[in-house]
Amino acid sequence: MGIIEADNIAYEYLRRDEEGNVEAIVRAIDGVCLNIRKGEFVAILGGNGSGKSTLAKQINAILYPCEGTVTVDGKDTADEDKLWEIRQCAGMVFQNPDNQIIGSVVEEDVGFGPENMGIPTKEIRERVDEALKILGMYEYRKHSPMRLSGGQKQRVAIAGVVAMHPKCIIMDEPTAMLDPSGRKEVIRAARALNDVEKITIILITHYMEETIYADRIVVMDKGHVSMTGTPKEIFSRIDELKAIRLDVPQSTYLAYELRKRGLHLPDGILSDKELVTELCRSYATI
Amino acid sequence: MMRDITLGQYYQTDSVLHRLDPRVKIVGTLVYIVSLFAAKNVTSYLVATTFLAIMIIISRVPFSFIVRGMKTIVFILLITVLFNLLLTPGIPAYTIWKITISYEGIRSAAYTAVRLTFLILGSSLMTLTTTPNNLTDGLESLMKPLKVFRVPVHEIAMMMSIALRFIPILMEETDKIMKAQLSRGADFESGGLIKRARNLIPLLVPLFVSAFRRANDLAMAMEARCYHGGEGRTKMKPLIYKSRDIAAYILIVIYFLLLLTAQKYGFKLIRS
Repeated sequence: MGIIEADNIAYEYLRRDEEGNVEAIVRAIDGVCLNIRKGEFVAILGGNGSGKSTLAKQINAILYPCEGTVTVDGKDTADEDKLWEIRQCAGMVFQNPDNQIIGSVVEEDVGFGPENMGIPTKEIRERVDEALKILGMYEYRKHSPMRLSGGQKQRVAIAGVVAMHPKCIIMDEPTAMLDPSGRKEVIRAARALNDVEKITIILITHYMEETIYADRIVVMDKGHVSMTGTPKEIFSRIDELKAIRLDVPQSTYLAYELRKRGLHLPDGILSDKELVTELCRSYATI
Repeated sequence: MMRDITLGQYYQTDSVLHRLDPRVKIVGTLVYIVSLFAAKNVTSYLVATTFLAIMIIISRVPFSFIVRGMKTIVFILLITVLFNLLLTPGIPAYTIWKITISYEGIRSAAYTAVRLTFLILGSSLMTLTTTPNNLTDGLESLMKPLKVFRVPVHEIAMMMSIALRFIPILMEETDKIMKAQLSRGADFESGGLIKRARNLIPLLVPLFVSAFRRANDLAMAMEARCYHGGEGRTKMKPLIYKSRDIAAYILIVIYFLLLLTAQKYGFKLIRS
């Protein structure tokens, strides 16, 4: 049994006009089935309005489905009595680092989650130190979050979730507001949490480059799951990705174009290093 | 540019006053303010002055820094002194044209000036030696008994600390919106008061919209981290009284008793 199971879920919200009358019913997600195993690194890809963020909020019980059920670690998210258990088990990191840091000092912010859970004072201290060390932010523990870079702020936010000892972390476009180096920092942190701490990671993003390390990619479009598979499988279906206006990683695209022009290259090249190796192997002798 | 703004004008240094429990400092300041209003003769004011002077010295905050807080109230101070001087009836001391200044007027003007000055100095000494966060923690803990009357103490403290956290962010945002609107030809500087206020609309509307969006995001982030009010919540850094805090409380009591004694047996400026 998976740690997160979504069984044929749908979520609708009402769009209202200025007088508050219901104008339209929008089905943000429609008939989604998702099964995530413990320790997996899953990337959810999708363009704007594909329903990927709505799906993420279902897992953390911020929203619950209109139809179907979501179970997190065996608990139904529609069950209000288990709300806090679910949120402790499946932590969530949001897009804007400024809007999710509550404390005015780094360590106080990381302690916010454990404080809410009613952990004894001494243990909070231990958890905070441990979480900050995992994320490499221990030396900044006394700093004000205002003075940190975007990537550092986002690592603090992740540490805040890690201190709650979750089994699973959902990251809802954690890199969307960061510069390239900040993005790298955050993705590296996410991979380390998955590799070392064995925490299940669900990374929601629209940057293809960030998904190549995932165990599995789920592509969403218009509220449906349109593709699912390993990065290699997904990125060899370039035409389909293009059809739902998603870009593939640059090197994958280059390999694709080269292949169209008649070069012999295998499917599903993900990184520039791979491309160089393949090119050298096939053509260095010529 | 506005990144380094510190609210509540906290002055970073290391002194006994800085290390004291915020609750002691809040109570101390309140007692001091009450004592200023209890004091009605020269001796008791001398006691109050000495106490304040000692506190300023051990706080290690430069005196010029403390006085800076006075600038904003100079105007109010002048008005109160003037009114006290001119409008207190009593035995005339000087008469210029139609205006009479009485002995009582001089006395009450002097006392009011000293009282106001000490009040501001005393309370700014508290904010200078306590970080805003500590202050909120202290207030929360002191107001706890009010919970009996269903005052949402924890919520008030949480709101205060979130407000403190978001002030610099919103300042930055204001700056950004201002520049964006200026580059579109907005004018924030010319015209009369009403025109200027009207010109602020293109600044305030986006600022409010963004503040609401941030509030929404923050509420969601807090809920995602299991926030559900003050109930069952533990503290990472609970306030615990140390021996120096107890000593400080005793000192405050001694000061207050001393002042009351001075008030009773001290020297009076005018026999009344």
